Amino acid sequence: MARFRFKQHSVLPGFGLSLGFTVFYLSLIVLLPLAALFQRSFSKGWGHFWDAAWNERAIAAYKLTFLASFGGALVNLVFGFLLAWALTRYRFPGRRILDAVVDLPFALPTAVSGIALATIYSTNGWVGQWFDKINVKISYTPLGVMVALTFIGLPFVVRTVQPALQDLEGEIEEASASLGASRWQTFYRVILPLLLPALLTGFALSFARALGEYGSVVFISGNMPMRTEIAPLLIVQRLEDYDYAGATAIAVMTLAASFVLLLIINMLQRWGTRRAA
Amino acid sequence: MAGGLTFKAGKNEGGINAVRQEPAFVRIAIIAISVIFLALFLGIPLVAIFVEAFRKGVDVYFEALKEPDALAAIKLTLLAAGIAVPLNIVFGLAASWAIARFEFWGKSVLTTLVDLPFAISPVISGLIYVLLFGMQGWLGEWLAKHDIKIIFAVPGIVLATIFVTFPFVARQLIPLMQEQGAEEEQAAMTLGASGFKTFFRVTLPNVKWALIYGVILCNARAMGEFGAVSIVSGHIRGETNTMPLHVEILYNEYNFAAAFAVASVLAVLALITLGLKTLVEWRTRVAVAQAERVN
Repeated sequence: MARFRFKQHSVLPGFGLSLGFTVFYLSLIVLLPLAALFQRSFSKGWGHFWDAAWNERAIAAYKLTFLASFGGALVNLVFGFLLAWALTRYRFPGRRILDAVVDLPFALPTAVSGIALATIYSTNGWVGQWFDKINVKISYTPLGVMVALTFIGLPFVVRTVQPALQDLEGEIEEASASLGASRWQTFYRVILPLLLPALLTGFALSFARALGEYGSVVFISGNMPMRTEIAPLLIVQRLEDYDYAGATAIAVMTLAASFVLLLIINMLQRWGTRRAA
Repeated sequence: MAGGLTFKAGKNEGGINAVRQEPAFVRIAIIAISVIFLALFLGIPLVAIFVEAFRKGVDVYFEALKEPDALAAIKLTLLAAGIAVPLNIVFGLAASWAIARFEFWGKSVLTTLVDLPFAISPVISGLIYVLLFGMQGWLGEWLAKHDIKIIFAVPGIVLATIFVTFPFVARQLIPLMQEQGAEEEQAAMTLGASGFKTFFRVTLPNVKWALIYGVILCNARAMGEFGAVSIVSGHIRGETNTMPLHVEILYNEYNFAAAFAVASVLAVLALITLGLKTLVEWRTRVAVAQAERVN
């Protein structure tokens, strides 16, 4: 009967040192603080937790965060896909610059994008003024929140679809064409299903990022409770009121949603690799 | 997180035959829509940052940057990044050595833990440190007794920065080291090299570009982090404000020109990050292509 071995035998040294340091670092930086979060949120019992996590203002915050993130991810799904298609399959001047710029939302500090978006979409802003003419307000409305979340999630769909597009075998499309399919049919029935895992993964990543976003949104949203208050902001508000129970309860709810999403993303990614094999 | 270095040369590069092409007007439409989308969502904000920064003239711009609180913010940003990035490099190297070179029980849990900060909202990242080190936190009383300030002081900011940036280096190194395999290190060991010698002479040169890439991303995030640092900082002007926090304060005071002036410095940093990132990606493609030719 095989004995349980913690680690497989290896000639390489340094396991103890590297694993030890890694676990120590993670415990100090991640595990200990997270434990404090969970202990604090349940310290006064389940009833107290539920009161803090599920009240009118919190529910409004969850709804806004969820819907705006979903909407932003949807916009990114459509346009990100078009962008990835254009960047991978077409040659046009400026393509390389465009490709590099796609990562801007990653590189730009959220506070910077926050104030830029808030200024542009205000009623006399660069873009906002045109929408003001047709009586559509963007800043200080849920629409503004969605715009900010679209910005922040923009690279995800592009960056997950690009490698999938590059991996597409040209022969499949040629075979489809030789069998009489129109270009649209080839796209809709051959290419799109093959890209589905990557598209869904990109969507989920964009959605997950948007759920937790704070900096880019707090300037454009106006942070009005029950109307344009996102969940992360509600946490900050509760903290400022020294309502630790409230802050931690909402944080735990947000974390739960993030972890569920993370599981879904992992499953999607495994589906994608299985498909490719 | 955006995918790291893409190693594959696109199979579609170098001309696609007509059967696999859309009609020209479709191609033009797709390119046009994509460009307009990018221009609207990325281009305009980027341009606006710089235009708004110089709206009151060049003098006001430089005044805003030379102002003592702004300088203090710049110093604190550099300090936080200067501590967080090296520590996270060490962590990244240690974690990737353990994860990529050994098989052990609990490895997948460890790998998931490394990815954790990406799943957590920045606000929560800051909150957990307040709960640990804050006045009402687990260690609050002990810290107060010994007069050690972590929350609402620089150490807290550094800690929060470390938390949100520690995965970046590790995530670049782990897949690469797994892909490269341990053969070269094992060969070095059979030739008599010690562990550290193997690590510095064999492993490090092999992962050079991935390490640099991870450092670039780690640094960009460390300097730009807002949400997590906002919670632990206490917003004390001139003392516990990083550049992003200083931008927020200026904006909330309706001092828009100054806010955008500081923001523009961060924006330039972001553009430099993008440039370096693209450079490293290009160099990696070159290195991979060369390696494939040799083999």
